[in-house]
Amino acid sequence: MSIEETEQEIIDEFELFDDWMQRYEHLIDLGKSMPLIKDLYKTEDKLIKGCQSSVWMHSELKDGNVFFTADSDAIITKGMVALMIRVLSGHTPEEIMHSKLNFIETIGLTKHLSPTRSNGLLSMIKQMKLDAIAYRSTFEN
Amino acid sequence: MNFDINKIRADFPILSRKVNGKPLIYLDNGATTQKPKVVIDAIEDYYTNQNANIHRGVHTLSQEITVAYENARATVQKHLNAEHPHEIIFTKGTSDSINLVASSFGKKYISEGDEIIISAMEHHSNILPWQQVCEEKGAILKVIPINEQGELILSEYKRLLTVKTKIVAITHISNTLGTINPIEEIIALAHVKNIPVLIDGAQAVPHTSVDVQLLSADFYVFSGHKLFGPTGVGILYGKEKWLNELPPYQVGGGVIKTVTFEKTEYADLPLKFEAGTPNIEGAIGLAVAIDYINKIELNKIATYEHNLLVYATEALQKIEGVKIIGTAKNKASVISFVIEGLHPFDIGTILDQLGIAVRTGHHCTQPLMQFYGLQGTVRASFAFYNTQVEIDVFINGIERAIKMLR
Ligand SMILES: Cc1ncc(COP(=O)(O)O)c(C=O)c1O
Repeated sequence: MSIEETEQEIIDEFELFDDWMQRYEHLIDLGKSMPLIKDLYKTEDKLIKGCQSSVWMHSELKDGNVFFTADSDAIITKGMVALMIRVLSGHTPEEIMHSKLNFIETIGLTKHLSPTRSNGLLSMIKQMKLDAIAYRSTFEN
Repeated sequence: MNFDINKIRADFPILSRKVNGKPLIYLDNGATTQKPKVVIDAIEDYYTNQNANIHRGVHTLSQEITVAYENARATVQKHLNAEHPHEIIFTKGTSDSINLVASSFGKKYISEGDEIIISAMEHHSNILPWQQVCEEKGAILKVIPINEQGELILSEYKRLLTVKTKIVAITHISNTLGTINPIEEIIALAHVKNIPVLIDGAQAVPHTSVDVQLLSADFYVFSGHKLFGPTGVGILYGKEKWLNELPPYQVGGGVIKTVTFEKTEYADLPLKFEAGTPNIEGAIGLAVAIDYINKIELNKIATYEHNLLVYATEALQKIEGVKIIGTAKNKASVISFVIEGLHPFDIGTILDQLGIAVRTGHHCTQPLMQFYGLQGTVRASFAFYNTQVEIDVFINGIERAIKMLR
């Protein structure tokens, strides 16, 4: 599935819910099924700054595709990370770098989540794209 | 005046708005307080009818607004029972006031090996300015420890007061724990050794009356916005003796008697510390806010808020897994807590969906969080316009959040 196709899938999923409670409950469930980072990677340099909660993110390159694992101590944040991983994991650095991620707005997460949270989300996305850029530059060398 | 909660709530326009489709329940008064209509009107009137620069023009508007600005100073003076109006300096807020004292006091009185005493429960605004002075001067920051309840250990404080101590800077009420510190005793103990004391009153002025002469505080600072006044204005009270001796902090227009390129002769107090055009509408709005709370009466406010605190504390303690952080005997209406297994951020996010505003995180007191071994807490801080019904909704909200998040 392309990045856009996964985004659309998530949009369809969130459209089933008509109130915020269900959206958050879904987000919490998604958090629970996230590919977890290995404990050995839960180090200071894997910690994403800019969130009130802690997010650890690790990436690996396999056959030209980037795979992410992560964790967070806050469960709603974990749900957010899970969504991001579902959309971006398994794609090439090039695809990740150019992803627009419009689904965040469409499913109402920017609106429904507090600015501090959004900042955390932005830092998260920035880190994922930075990782992708780093992998691409290793190809070029 | 009778304490009429419905009438009081009607004075605050924002309290009737909705957040996320629910009536706003504002329990983040420690961060900033809401403004009564009289304050909002005063600011509007300032720009509509009074705007001019102060201390400058011969024209009528300038003279009128200069009088209004100086009247605002006199209102603050009376409220704190300061001896002179020129002991009241208008600043941008608590942080600005502390930076002023730390910088000017540090320049003149602190040198290598000297010691500055603060406490383990200080807001970053009462840590960083002193830390910076210490770095510049090679001085040492000493920290009064606290016990598990969140009370200062005074025997340790006594031990820290030595001939090397140059100043003590302590919060009156902890923004995170709600602890009311025994500042009379803290000041008296320092004064035995001729050491001046700065009190950070940011969290105290909305809840209690303060008499700086009775306390004999050398410096007392607070922010307008936490006292139902505008943002961007604050107060530095300083004893005349100290303010006369301290060098100016920032310099520029308004702080001078004469300027040549070789030398400047500085103005007398209070203008010496008020460089540039000040926040005029802020000062005026703050004075209106002070008049407003004095009409309600601070002792009635304190009693009402204490009842809210007791009510909320009892309700919270009944919820399984809740642990209140800060259980001092003497507390203001601030409750920090954690819930076993849940992140404060998740709780705050769910409460927000229910229209309930609380603060989550470290509350600008990271060293204090380290003492308790926590990343952060949820903090509910009450003002006199909050009600028991709101606390009921808040408690329901927490129970709902627990159900969702577990
Ligand atoms: C105890 C205490 N000191 C200082 C401050 C800083 O106040 P301001 O941000 O208005 O300068 C605060 C505000 O949170 C506070 O609670």
